[in-house]
Amino acid sequence: MAVGQNVLRKEGYEKLTGAARYVDDLTLDGMLLGKTIRSTIARGRIKSIEFDSAYDWSQIVVADYRDIPGENYVALIENDQPLLVESEVRHYDEPILLIAAASKSELEAAARHIHIEYEELPPVLSIQESLAGAEVLYGSDNVFKRFLIGRGDIGEGFAAADRIVQGEYRVPHQEQLYIEPQGMIAIPGAGQMTVMGSMQCPYYIHKALKQLFNLSDEKAIVIQTTTGGGFGGKEEYPSMIAAHAALLALKAQRPVKIIYDRGEDIAATTKRHPGIIRHRTGVTSDGRLTASEIDIVLDGGAYVTLTPVVLSRGAIHALGPYRCDNVRIAARAVATNTPPNGAFRGFGAPQVAFAYEMQMEKIAAELGVDPLELRRINMLREGDITATGQRLTSSVGSEDVLNAAIERSNYLEKKQAVETANAHGSQHDKRHGIGLSFFFHGAGFTGSGEAKMKAQAGVEITAEGRARVLSGSTEIGQGTRTIFCQIVADELGVGYDDVEIEDPDTSRVPDSGPTVASRTTMVVGRVVQLAAREIKDKLVNFVAERFGAPEARLIDGRFVANGNALASFEEIAREYIAQRGELRAYARYASPPDIEWDDETYSGDAYPCYSWGAEVAEVEVDMDTYEVTCTKITTAQDIGRAIHPVLAAGQIEGGTLQAVGYGLLEELVWDKGRIVNNRLTNYIIPTALDAPEMETIIVETAYPHGPFGAKGVGELPMDGGAPAIAAAVFNATGAFVSEIPITPERLMAVIEDRTRTDDE
Amino acid sequence: MIVRFDVNGITHNVESPPMKRLLDVLREELRLTGTKEGCGEGECGACSVIVDGEVINSCLVPVCQVQGSTILTVEGLARDGRLDPLQQAFLECGGAQCGICTPGMLIAARALLDENAQPTRDQIAEAIAGNLCRCTGYTKIIDAIEQAAEMKQQ
Repeated sequence: MAVGQNVLRKEGYEKLTGAARYVDDLTLDGMLLGKTIRSTIARGRIKSIEFDSAYDWSQIVVADYRDIPGENYVALIENDQPLLVESEVRHYDEPILLIAAASKSELEAAARHIHIEYEELPPVLSIQESLAGAEVLYGSDNVFKRFLIGRGDIGEGFAAADRIVQGEYRVPHQEQLYIEPQGMIAIPGAGQMTVMGSMQCPYYIHKALKQLFNLSDEKAIVIQTTTGGGFGGKEEYPSMIAAHAALLALKAQRPVKIIYDRGEDIAATTKRHPGIIRHRTGVTSDGRLTASEIDIVLDGGAYVTLTPVVLSRGAIHALGPYRCDNVRIAARAVATNTPPNGAFRGFGAPQVAFAYEMQMEKIAAELGVDPLELRRINMLREGDITATGQRLTSSVGSEDVLNAAIERSNYLEKKQAVETANAHGSQHDKRHGIGLSFFFHGAGFTGSGEAKMKAQAGVEITAEGRARVLSGSTEIGQGTRTIFCQIVADELGVGYDDVEIEDPDTSRVPDSGPTVASRTTMVVGRVVQLAAREIKDKLVNFVAERFGAPEARLIDGRFVANGNALASFEEIAREYIAQRGELRAYARYASPPDIEWDDETYSGDAYPCYSWGAEVAEVEVDMDTYEVTCTKITTAQDIGRAIHPVLAAGQIEGGTLQAVGYGLLEELVWDKGRIVNNRLTNYIIPTALDAPEMETIIVETAYPHGPFGAKGVGELPMDGGAPAIAAAVFNATGAFVSEIPITPERLMAVIEDRTRTDDE
Repeated sequence: MIVRFDVNGITHNVESPPMKRLLDVLREELRLTGTKEGCGEGECGACSVIVDGEVINSCLVPVCQVQGSTILTVEGLARDGRLDPLQQAFLECGGAQCGICTPGMLIAARALLDENAQPTRDQIAEAIAGNLCRCTGYTKIIDAIEQAAEMKQQ
């Protein structure tokens, strides 16, 4: 068996020896380097573009929107984002022109000889300004999208409450900060365009190229190179870079490579949506939720891009993993003149998770109920109903994760110890605190998304009699290549080393849907398993005919009939190929039969299943500097089945540290719509010294429709870190910080404000 | 100018502008693309190489400064296709995910183990604090370096 084993990563050898080729490691004959000329205002119109006449432009290729053969937009939900600005600038660092040259120095020199003049308009730079509506950027009211989720009777719910608790929570932008910056190479051909580079979603790029360049399915070819991290940041934006490189390549009739440097990457590409989330909760004096009214506003940035889907996930997760019969969730996303916010691990859920968990802390404090007890009173269990009216019928590991995290972390004893110590300590001692969070994450696309997508994947048999996986799902570090091969190995009963996987290349693999939404293992892995099953059936039938043995079976890599071994898998596979030429099977995803979702009322089974998490954070707070150090995180996460326990733990640990960054460190600084700390010296992500000790417990509550019981794991770990840390800071200091990141400045403001209020 | 230095046991004479970054010389002139660029300002450590026993950020070092030096890059770790114990430990422990920080991590870890054969977890964290990883949360990287140190002891 390969599933459940820590087999070696398929592409591990190449990554460890430096042999793996990332896009910037590739050089092609005659290749030019490309550069994007971007806007230097947040909002306005281009008055003029001037190319210095004294400069020698003969060696420079220049492209603008007029060179686009098709329509000028990057295909996504509303197709509202242009590939290149025509006249109207909607955010700082928006692409206007493209240039290409043989060397970087020529590019930089040429860029200095282009002068763009603007007629500036007043930019809208915050959620508040957008809602105020003095300047209208989108529709009549700047609202990109709204969702309303309602259940029960909110008025009755509040009437039944003994107490009403209100809270407002603010969450910031966050940069994905993959260590490999974005990059693409485009190679022009006769009536065709090939693009290769760093990406999560080859078929998103494929779709964008087809419409921009008027290409057929076959004439647009997209190939993923080894990709140095994505986290959502390489979901939609790579379509833009790929098409920029392709436009230059078309004009130059030579290959063109565009590699962003870090400054450009942080300044221009997508971020996690910032938001303001308000909760008004009715509770009984013994801690039962009777009503929950939640208002969410996210900042979408300058274009719609993926915002509606991020908002949707945020709205659906907004109540948290709690029971409440009377719910009203109103969610809006608004337009601003900032770079479009987009996909980032968690996709709306980490934002609302910070809010719903801090609201639980607040309720616990106001009622004088222990925060753990409050979770236990209200948590969703099997058979319970979610905010969208979904009855949870299987794979609900909620109690198991909470119990595991509490027990393993020694939460109760530690909490008592730190509270005693803090009560007796002096004002300037280091304070210690412990806090918990409880969270869930819907796996796969929301609602009817997977049913509409019908993700496809395949398995084929090679001439050598080996199995090869065919999927458009990408390896971005999380282990796609390894996990798919494990699934196929076990389905066919062959060794892990006997299975290989095709590189994602749209001319060779089918559209498995994007590599996003914690869907790769659960959804595409399932499709891969079904394709392998079809291969197995075909080979078993072949053996039955060949040996006249209708009872033939495939067991542990050997075909067997009546207890007699007939032949090995490899022998039969080779013979099949030799006789019939090829053996390939494709399967498509079909939603489990009992899933019902209504897009009109936003009710029903929002996700086929949920993954569950609980986290205990321990912090140390320096009461002189207000620095917070997260010293330990214990987390238990129910992911159905760990196909590869080391990789699964790697997902949990990595996501958890990104969440520590979100909670404590990561903050963009803006000046009139421009990001001014677009560098690794001043946009701070956690180093090894910032990383807490981590204890990870994998809980396996099998999901019957996932491969070998597996469900989503990628995003769940991003949801719980920030609120657990904020709860621990509250426990340590008594300061309730409702806005992250909890920087020393922000903590000081809360503590000093509280001290002042106490004095009055 | 012509700069002469050893990389992974091979002597090179490179004709280059003196201020060209060592990173670019390694990647563009010598085609040793295992050394990566993540930030270009010495913050991320993806470009780490060992020069005369010291870990440096090759994006910050002009090539003229390595005249006569001995350099180790990630390509110099494995011998005859066999992974070195550090690489093997990274593979087994899950120390590499997307792999972009891995060459620099391995180099920083190698320099640590050359100086301190039995480091504590805190010492390991300190030694790789100049190498950013966004995938792993560092736990499995530290596990791997610990395991490699143990393997070497045996």
